[in-house]
Amino acid sequence: MDWKRRHVLGLADFRVEEMEFVIDTARSMEEVLTRDIKKVPALRGKTVVNLFFEASTRTRTSFEIAGKRLSADVVNFSSSTSSVTKGETLLDTAKNIEAMKPNIVILRHYASGSPHFLSRFVSCSIINAGDGANEHPSQGLLDLYTILKAKGKIKGLKIAIIGDILHSRVVRSDLHSLGRMGANLWLCGPATMAPKEMERTGARVTYDIREAVKDADVVMMLRIQLERQKTAYFPSLREYSCKYGLNRAIFSLAKEDAVIMHPGPINRGVELSDELADCAQSRILNQVESGVAIRMALLYLLAGGHDAAH
Amino acid sequence: MLLIKGGRVIDPASGLDETGGVVLENGKVKDFLPGGQAPKGFQGRTIDAAGKWVLPGLIDMHVHLREPGYEWKEDIRSGTRAAAAGGFTSVACMANTKPVNDHPEITRYIREKGEREGFANVFPVAAVTRGLEGKEMADYAELAEAGAVAFSDDGKPVASSLLLRRALEYAKAFDFLILSHAEDRELSGEGAAHEGWTAHRLGIPGIPAAAEEVAIARDILLAKQTGGKVHIQHISTKMGVALLRMAKKSGVRVTGETAPHYFTLTDALLEGYDTNAKMNPPLRGEEDRMAVLEGLNDGTIDAIATDHAPHEDYVKRCEFIAAANGIIGLETALPLSLALLSGGKVTPARIVELLSANPAGILKLAGKGSLRKGADADVTVVDPEMEWEYRQQDILSKSRNTPFLGWKLKGRAVATLRGGRVTHSLLPGVAVDG
Amino acid sequence: MKKASRKVILDAKGMERVLSRLTHEILEKNKGAEELVLVGIMSGGVPLSKFIREKIRTIEGMDVPAGYVDITLYRDDLSRAGYQPRLKRTEIPFSIDEKKVVLVDDVLFTGRTIRAAMDALIDFGRPKNIQLAVLIDRGHRELPIRADYVGRNVPTSRSENVDVMVQGEREEWKVILREPTPAKGE
Repeated sequence: MDWKRRHVLGLADFRVEEMEFVIDTARSMEEVLTRDIKKVPALRGKTVVNLFFEASTRTRTSFEIAGKRLSADVVNFSSSTSSVTKGETLLDTAKNIEAMKPNIVILRHYASGSPHFLSRFVSCSIINAGDGANEHPSQGLLDLYTILKAKGKIKGLKIAIIGDILHSRVVRSDLHSLGRMGANLWLCGPATMAPKEMERTGARVTYDIREAVKDADVVMMLRIQLERQKTAYFPSLREYSCKYGLNRAIFSLAKEDAVIMHPGPINRGVELSDELADCAQSRILNQVESGVAIRMALLYLLAGGHDAAH
Repeated sequence: MLLIKGGRVIDPASGLDETGGVVLENGKVKDFLPGGQAPKGFQGRTIDAAGKWVLPGLIDMHVHLREPGYEWKEDIRSGTRAAAAGGFTSVACMANTKPVNDHPEITRYIREKGEREGFANVFPVAAVTRGLEGKEMADYAELAEAGAVAFSDDGKPVASSLLLRRALEYAKAFDFLILSHAEDRELSGEGAAHEGWTAHRLGIPGIPAAAEEVAIARDILLAKQTGGKVHIQHISTKMGVALLRMAKKSGVRVTGETAPHYFTLTDALLEGYDTNAKMNPPLRGEEDRMAVLEGLNDGTIDAIATDHAPHEDYVKRCEFIAAANGIIGLETALPLSLALLSGGKVTPARIVELLSANPAGILKLAGKGSLRKGADADVTVVDPEMEWEYRQQDILSKSRNTPFLGWKLKGRAVATLRGGRVTHSLLPGVAVDG
Repeated sequence: MKKASRKVILDAKGMERVLSRLTHEILEKNKGAEELVLVGIMSGGVPLSKFIREKIRTIEGMDVPAGYVDITLYRDDLSRAGYQPRLKRTEIPFSIDEKKVVLVDDVLFTGRTIRAAMDALIDFGRPKNIQLAVLIDRGHRELPIRADYVGRNVPTSRSENVDVMVQGEREEWKVILREPTPAKGE
């Protein structure tokens, strides 16, 4: 297939073959990461700007490393140190950066739909690194890639995602990537955070972690976001950890060869026990590795021949 | 003297629905003449309304004219000009100006500016609480004397139940009316769109229907408790309509209004994060829209009012949650309301009730809302069949925040007269009076 | 409408003879297979490199390390293509430090592919030297690159195409010189 997208705004309208194409490209990129000299000149002379309005060291660093491995010039712009605190609108900030002619802008912003909005006004490519509660497409793809590497397939796997489903853009992107590839998805969390409505996507929603984890092939834990809540969705972290944290006992309900995933950063002892975070079945670090390869793939695919193709 | 002849005169307030001529003199309705003839010895202007409807001037009881304080979005002149083009001869304007209309001087300012420059009658609605802060009652009697026709903190709810109770009770003695923006702000929280599947899918924080319903229930019960009267603004929810219906049945003094977008659009418009789908209360689901329609059909909802909320381009040209709330509505209200006729349950007379007679009755506007002898010469001539496209270049409001751009509409005000003077005309040979 | 002309300039038997000769030349110049490494350039160079490796095993009784390199990420025309070319795989599972690397490709044309391949190799390590073996040299160099071992020199015009068909069974291998189909008349 020919890659025709100018932006990666979300996985909502990605066809399965497009997702497979990105994964395939990521495989080649991963080989680069095994060399001594982890660099190829493919994006030499291209400029990539990380435009982050929400704190995030890990995603930003992942994109930065991905860009540098491809020999691109990567520039970081984060809101706390900038004009946004002086009241500049998102559009103005983006237009200012566009005037410096980057090839790709990677945007993370707290407003859902902000990359979609920007894509109407700027001419460079945009990768959505997380917009509010909407999507985090590169995460959806790297989760897919990680599971493929661990299990060899997606179709028919029981994948349990546990945590703050309501506010999670990771879940939404995963529903598109894993769901479309035929996974049997189970979403679990406190009733205030696991809306039954999500069953409209074909996933099952349960408030009982044991039901979610039973016979699962993959157990994915979400970070419980204290910083997101103004009024509580659950009584206390202790209570949350009791009912929705993953420990050895609960995990033993999953299949014997089940793997553990987490988008990071982990609240050790809250959603994931200390021991499990580092155990042999944990694929959390593989996710990080896969993340760089996926992001290299996305940068590579977006960096080519715009003028000719568009 | 002015004769509007040959039109179908629809005036439910006086029980009239007949073809004939309406004679206006000295700013009042002089007479109605059935059939097509002119009065004996008539010497004056004639407006030929054959094939058109002749209605008592339409009244929009919920607009934001933005003056004083936000004149770049709209002002009294441009707002009333848009109103006249939409067929409105009177508008009631809300108090969330800058400074807030909580002082008789400001009420007087608005009233007088309206008289001097307005293309429609401007009836100021003053604040329920000083500064709209929800803490202290404003001086209702003085404000009424300065020309306020009702009181509302619209834009914001009156959060304190105790304060609303006091205000309703106090106002009872003077038969003052409070227009309530019913919203429980704690429940709506940081929401930006109706809490339903669409917002959920798009990751937009939701405003549950309960935020409106809880507040409507409270307002109704306080009206019941105090024996006062309350009017619920911009009803958008299924349970909200149901509560209003039940309250009326049990004799509570409550009336309600809705806006054209709540019976025309749903949250499906959110796709693509279109900020012209963002207003408060938000566009709801299809079930709510059907319930609002039912409420208009069966008499539960008394009035259609636009909640005309002009905003400059750049506060709408941004990411969804940051966009300002509201859309303009004066120029599209009539055709959107006329579309109700196609449902078969609403009659032309009912539409006139919703857009003229009832608002006049609710706000106690003497001489308005009817074409009986002696009423004010506020007349709207409507061509119910005219098909037209709502184009950006035709917008008379200063702002352009509307989801209806490009829509093919049916029905339009072809002439608007206020006090016997033409404020808007699409009829050849009928010019706007200077 | 003039039909495109197609000419088989090398058939399977002919290719076998040419590749055998190339193998002998490589062994002669390098005085045997010590320190030798074969790297086929994706995609056309890979089957040829396999052939040469087997031939070396037959002649010298030695197994020479062989890998393959995808030069897509090193191309100098990435922005100019209408789309991003599909990536293939690179596998060089051994050290090339101090080795004599023989790059194997099917057709040597402008020389840009070889330039990219050399850049890729240098990122893998520091070879003792890099040599180039090609089946066909069709001329029209745009960079100062030359092959050490050439199977057949085939002078061509710019518009002609040289197709090296080595994807199937060896009995079906051939090299075709093709004139492009002229544009259909309106």
